Amino acid sequence: MSILEPRAEPSRRMVLAAPLIAAVAMLLTGSLVFLALGQAPLHAFAVFFLEPLSTAYGVGELFLKATPLILCGVGLALAFRANVQNIGADGQLTMGAIAAGCVALAFPREHAFWLLPLMLLAGALAGMAWAAIPAFLRTRFHTNEILVSLMLVYVAYLLLSYLVHGPLRDPEGFNFPQSQMFAPAALLPLLVDGLRVNLAFPLSLVAVIASWFFCQRSLAGFRMQVSGMAPAAATYAGFSEKGNVWLAFLASGALAGIAGVGEVAGPIGQLQPTVSPGYGFAAIIVAYVGRLHPLGVLLASLLMSLLYLGGETAQINLQLPSAITGLFQGLLLFYLLAADVFIRYRLKPRRAVPVTATENAQAAAPQGSGA
Amino acid sequence: MDLLIAFLASTAGAATPLVLAAMGELIAERAGVINLGVEGMMLIGAVTGFSVTLATGHIGLGLFAAMVAGVAASLIFAFLVLTLQANQVATGLALTLFGIGFSAFEGRSLLGQTVTPLPHLQIPVLSDLPFLGPLLFRFDILVYLSVLVVLAASWILARTRLGLIIRAVGESPRSAHAIGVPVIGLRYGAVLFGGAMAGVAGAYLSVSLTPMWVEGMTAGRGWIAVAQVVFATWKPRGILIGAYLFGGVTVLQFQGQAMGLTVPSEFLSMLPYLATIAVLVIIGRNPRTILLNRPMSLGQNFRPDS
Repeated sequence: MSILEPRAEPSRRMVLAAPLIAAVAMLLTGSLVFLALGQAPLHAFAVFFLEPLSTAYGVGELFLKATPLILCGVGLALAFRANVQNIGADGQLTMGAIAAGCVALAFPREHAFWLLPLMLLAGALAGMAWAAIPAFLRTRFHTNEILVSLMLVYVAYLLLSYLVHGPLRDPEGFNFPQSQMFAPAALLPLLVDGLRVNLAFPLSLVAVIASWFFCQRSLAGFRMQVSGMAPAAATYAGFSEKGNVWLAFLASGALAGIAGVGEVAGPIGQLQPTVSPGYGFAAIIVAYVGRLHPLGVLLASLLMSLLYLGGETAQINLQLPSAITGLFQGLLLFYLLAADVFIRYRLKPRRAVPVTATENAQAAAPQGSGA
Repeated sequence: MDLLIAFLASTAGAATPLVLAAMGELIAERAGVINLGVEGMMLIGAVTGFSVTLATGHIGLGLFAAMVAGVAASLIFAFLVLTLQANQVATGLALTLFGIGFSAFEGRSLLGQTVTPLPHLQIPVLSDLPFLGPLLFRFDILVYLSVLVVLAASWILARTRLGLIIRAVGESPRSAHAIGVPVIGLRYGAVLFGGAMAGVAGAYLSVSLTPMWVEGMTAGRGWIAVAQVVFATWKPRGILIGAYLFGGVTVLQFQGQAMGLTVPSEFLSMLPYLATIAVLVIIGRNPRTILLNRPMSLGQNFRPDS
């Protein structure tokens, strides 16, 4: 006995309502968590969600932390639309950071204007190269891209760890596992004095617009989405399945790589053992919550960024564990998946009237005529 | 020689969590459900097992609690996927992300503490045998139990009515449903079994192998376990081979330096991940291997009354 019955057609209203329902359900569960931790829920919410935005600096931080999420999220949304499961964005981000770091450290005293563009290019290429591995293995050897892209995340982490403990360690850094600070010319210019948000944020908005155009207005984007939604139709129309996989991986890899550049050439300013608190994984949630739509990704990134900020504020002001952020992120995705069910199904109405004889006869009729 | 014995003996410790987690995932997949939440369930098991052991001083209780926690985590997944028809891949990812967040949250007060690890067996005479003693008779009980589980699962899948039904549900849920098998109920059972095994596997890491709680301590082992199922071509005995192979590769990173390898430790640590990719390439190179062995309905949801 199922409690669900299929709708005649998918509900467009539920497509948009599901993320909101999920967010509200997350907040309700969150208040239970706050209660369990001995906090007054309303006060805790105010600290978690409002206090970070009460200063200009906080708003700057919101955009700063949203930037890598937007970049990775836009790329992942593209890939997921093509039914390519790239879940290794955090590795591609790390490789982008490493490449940009190598460029910056190779020219420690350079003031030229071309240094930053070169870093962005190197980062994008490194992200693409890292994403090309699962693309190649899937198209050539039918290897599962979920597992390969994920394994490469750990490899990228370890490579970064090796570099900052070894060849790229700052010789004057008191043996700390980190590189030299980048030269000022290798840092992304700040948008507003006193805030940390930098040029990467407008870049991420460009990515949002470009990806919208790609999906809505370009033939390649159309092909990619057909391949994702109806692979058989795409094959019949002669769209290359391999081309689709490559395009999805390279695009999402490049964007994740740029996100990595934005971190090391932005708030971090050097190479460190960790350059991302899991932005590449949070971006998976962002892509789903944003309905795989560029504009949705933008909004979902801001929400997710607020979760990061709220976690930090709650740790400072309420002595709550900042790990609460990860808990909320996971809950959000669970609730979204549950709410998504109602796009295609609805709750079965309870029958008030018992099944009548005529209905029984009708139900039996097709079987009778078939025999 | 001593080094070699130490290497082989510690391989069993590193292989056991993989054996347990991969075995659970294998049963779920044979019933047609792919659960990518193994990593998350292992982390939840690890933190629960450790905290209960720390609080009660009783490892058995800790392992049992980890099993219950794994079942509870997999119940969320099962409800979403089997009852609410959510996408299996997305829901599995969600379970992993939730497990990472939940375990970090739960484990915040446990950092830096340790428990007495699971004791190793001391069988009179046998454990003292030269060579064979350390190689076969000096492990903790879970090492032996994990092998037993694989043998039992192999027998159940191949030789019993229950095994036949599990395989039927995985190959063709519609046919199984038509002859009166409760497909959804059976899939619930398979997924919860997978959760129990992943929970114990995680706890094995935190109460026996390291014995402490570290954030994200599974370090991708849950994902490697998922890959193991492919490597084993969905057959239990392949799990043992694969897990011990990977156990050996994992131990290399700890024993490599002692054995005189001068490679930086980070590169040795990359080996299990690179080996996983290599293994997937080898298995996937011939698409027929996968097509012939993969449960036909893997990843597809089934609605009994549609």
